[in-house]
Amino acid sequence: MGKLVGQPIKRVEDNRFIKGEGKYTDDFNMPNQTFAVYVRSPHAHAKINSVDTSAAEAMDGVVKVFTGQDIADAGLAGSICGWQVDFKNGDTMKEPPHPIMVADKVRHVGDPVAMVIAEDKYTARDAAELVNVDYDVLGAIVDPKAAVEDGAAQVHDDVPNNTIYDWELGDSAATDAAFENAHHVTSLSYHNQKLVPNAIEPRAALAHYDANEDKYTLYSTSQNPHLARLVIGAFVLAIPEHKLRVISPDVGGGFGSKIFVYNDECGCLWASKQIGRPVKWTADRSEAFITDCHGRDHVTDAQMAFDADGNITGLRTKTYASMGAYLSNFSTCVPTYLHGTLMQGLYTTPAVHVDVTAVVTNTVPVDAYRGAGRPEATYSIERLMDTAAREMGMDPTELRRKNFIPAFDGVEQPGYQTQVALQYDSGDYETNMDKALQVADYESLKATRDKAKSEGRLVGIGFSTFIEACGIAPSAVVGSLGARVGLYDAASIRVHPTGKVTIHSGAHAHGQGHETTFAQVVADAFGIGMDDVNVIHGDTENVPFGMGTYGSRSLAVCGSAIMKSVDKVKEKGARIAAHKLECSPDDLEFANGAWTVKGTDKSVGFGDVALTAYVPHDYPADEEPGLDFASFYDPANFVYPFGTHICVVEVDKDTGEVDVTKYVAVDDCGNVINPMIVDGQVHGGVAQGIGQALYEGAVYDDDGQLLNGSMLDYTMPRADNFPMFETDKTETPCPHNPLGVKGIGEAGTIASTPAVVNAVMDALSDYGVKDLQMPLTPERVWSAMNSNGNA
Amino acid sequence: MSEFTLNINGKQKTVNVDEDTPLLWVIRDTLGYTGTKFGCGRGLCGACTIHIDGEATRSCVTPIDNLDEDVELTTIEGLSVENPHPIQEAWLEGDVPQCGYCQSGQIMTAAAFLERNPNPEENDIDTAMKMNICRCGTYPEIKEAILTAANGSLANKGGSDE
Repeated sequence: MGKLVGQPIKRVEDNRFIKGEGKYTDDFNMPNQTFAVYVRSPHAHAKINSVDTSAAEAMDGVVKVFTGQDIADAGLAGSICGWQVDFKNGDTMKEPPHPIMVADKVRHVGDPVAMVIAEDKYTARDAAELVNVDYDVLGAIVDPKAAVEDGAAQVHDDVPNNTIYDWELGDSAATDAAFENAHHVTSLSYHNQKLVPNAIEPRAALAHYDANEDKYTLYSTSQNPHLARLVIGAFVLAIPEHKLRVISPDVGGGFGSKIFVYNDECGCLWASKQIGRPVKWTADRSEAFITDCHGRDHVTDAQMAFDADGNITGLRTKTYASMGAYLSNFSTCVPTYLHGTLMQGLYTTPAVHVDVTAVVTNTVPVDAYRGAGRPEATYSIERLMDTAAREMGMDPTELRRKNFIPAFDGVEQPGYQTQVALQYDSGDYETNMDKALQVADYESLKATRDKAKSEGRLVGIGFSTFIEACGIAPSAVVGSLGARVGLYDAASIRVHPTGKVTIHSGAHAHGQGHETTFAQVVADAFGIGMDDVNVIHGDTENVPFGMGTYGSRSLAVCGSAIMKSVDKVKEKGARIAAHKLECSPDDLEFANGAWTVKGTDKSVGFGDVALTAYVPHDYPADEEPGLDFASFYDPANFVYPFGTHICVVEVDKDTGEVDVTKYVAVDDCGNVINPMIVDGQVHGGVAQGIGQALYEGAVYDDDGQLLNGSMLDYTMPRADNFPMFETDKTETPCPHNPLGVKGIGEAGTIASTPAVVNAVMDALSDYGVKDLQMPLTPERVWSAMNSNGNA
Repeated sequence: MSEFTLNINGKQKTVNVDEDTPLLWVIRDTLGYTGTKFGCGRGLCGACTIHIDGEATRSCVTPIDNLDEDVELTTIEGLSVENPHPIQEAWLEGDVPQCGYCQSGQIMTAAAFLERNPNPEENDIDTAMKMNICRCGTYPEIKEAILTAANGSLANKGGSDE
């Protein structure tokens, strides 16, 4: 641990945020800009007969109206799917088109049919209401499981039974045998409900085509500006890559929903060239509800088989995963390579089988949302564990302890090869759980719960011991699994003549604090101060090609690229220092910001070497001037953080309301760079996971109308919904990256949802409630308690 | 369109806008104070919170012609002129923001609240802050920071994590 790494260094970013000086996409303006408003379908499924834009075009202040037909006439497609997952029988995955605006049919409420561009946003909005679309409404399909049945409404013409692919992983024969011979089987059927991400900053774009320079600029609320540039340039609008600049400024929350290239910004970019003026678009909140990619939406049957001693002998799950109406960029990999591959959990289960069918439905497209597949897997496994423990009369921690994979560090002991493709890097699950039990004072908690129950109060304790795979990913591995992009990352380190340092990062933060943590790492590496380092990210013109920030990957992947550049700087620095000190680089050691001849006090500092590199008067003959290196890092494996979360709830007998009274999270994300930032990520993740358990869920009627598409009706967790979280850590370093780090951004969400539901089921254990469907609203809980059956 | 003269952040500004324009857009688009944010447009998320005569108000649902004469408007940019407001200092000390987008609104609500209730209990804070949504989930850090600011001493943090 250096002076800065491992310390709770105050965030550099906060100085601007607390004064309102963050600059987000809607804060930018360009001279002569116009404003765009999309006309969107009010129907979930309908044929478009005609689109009459005449009244809108005639309105004073309207610059132009474009329709889906204009897009089709221009020969344009739309945003793509970036991951090919083929059928079990080898047939190619179905890939229906997703045009920038549709001309033939609308397939979800919110599907764009026209775009009004005006001098100001009020005129654009008023004119949009005058666009007259004649629809023939068709029946809609909403339920993922019902979507595959004969007779269900067909969302796309060439996607029979609405099936995009079917897929499996693991050994079905061995798993079936385990179930046939099981002493005990625990089963659960549930809907991992569709969630709306609702970052507080709505998506926005400011697009400009400069005819003089033949160059496009796009300000976008993207988590990954280079990916956006590649997809838009190469696959959507045929813009040569070097003529498109994408800038992600400060971004107000993403949680996955701002990874994807949306047709909205493509439309703005295309339109700006057509009209010769910048086009600005910002979603309003009801628009965000029906266009931002939603999360989850899995209908799952899950089962675990046990022997007479409580050892898990088999796990199998069958999932219908909704893609929504169109395939978003990563949608296809979420229920497969980010979900099926996690079904080992942290247990030694010898036989696992996962079966997934991906379907289209007449709902908002679905893609990664905080956790992206791993919450769904963890929910299945951890709900089964607590439920099985109760059914078999075992303590849930003892059931876990019995089945944990034994500790391994990935160095002395090999990584753990799972039944579902992944090889875990390092882990000590039992030590971690023991720490959590100690932090929570489990014995006391049990006594408190039992006493409360004897007094008629419904107190419950729920557990979740999770593992997840993040830091995606080794490019060759994901390529072989159908990914159409590599998943490395990149960083340049530019040492300036006066010894200051700039990190040009291919990652991009939207809350993760990279301007602080990356600076900590580099400042420590060079023995300089935090104030001597800054981080630049977000502008494709200023940073090397990186894959952006999502999937809890930036420190593990971009951080590793940074370390490679650090090493290159130090290596060259040593040669320059050796020349100045008239010795061999092998005679030197680097510490405290200086190269010193071993065993002497002859040294030269980092700053001196930097100046020499740029004023190379007395300099090694065969050495170039400068101290400036780019590096790309392709990870050897995913990274596998893990942890134990313990939730205590009290259920109000009269109202069914669930109060989370205590929450303990002991997480292991390998080496910790900044514990304050890690805590913040855990808090935020847990808040979203509790949100799914108790409050959230997109509600559709049979016509595909989103019934709760506003902040009034879609309940998000608020300040008064949580106790103070108690967080602690274990640190089991990652053996395969230079910093020994794993990821933490999504862990809280992955772990917490089943911990909460498990706690409620524990509280209601005397009521004969078999299961409860999320969100556990007071109405659902009360009904279950009072009907002695399923909710 | 009408002319309005606003007393905002200690300055007089005259604007020419439609009477029903929400203050949020006058502040952001006409006057260029972009620190106040749009989140929902319906007064439900709190990102647009400013002070009208020191009271926390949702600017996205306040039409400009609803303002009384001579009211003083304060946005995040005007919360502190020379030195940071104690709330802002506490926010820095507590490492509160993550993405930062909702924080202007959080700070404005917290500042107005502390002015009314300088010695709050934790429950009071929950009630006062529950109409400001933070999707990054910085609620625990916000609460600690408000207690710190209320305490009047940065070295002696109120509340605890246990």
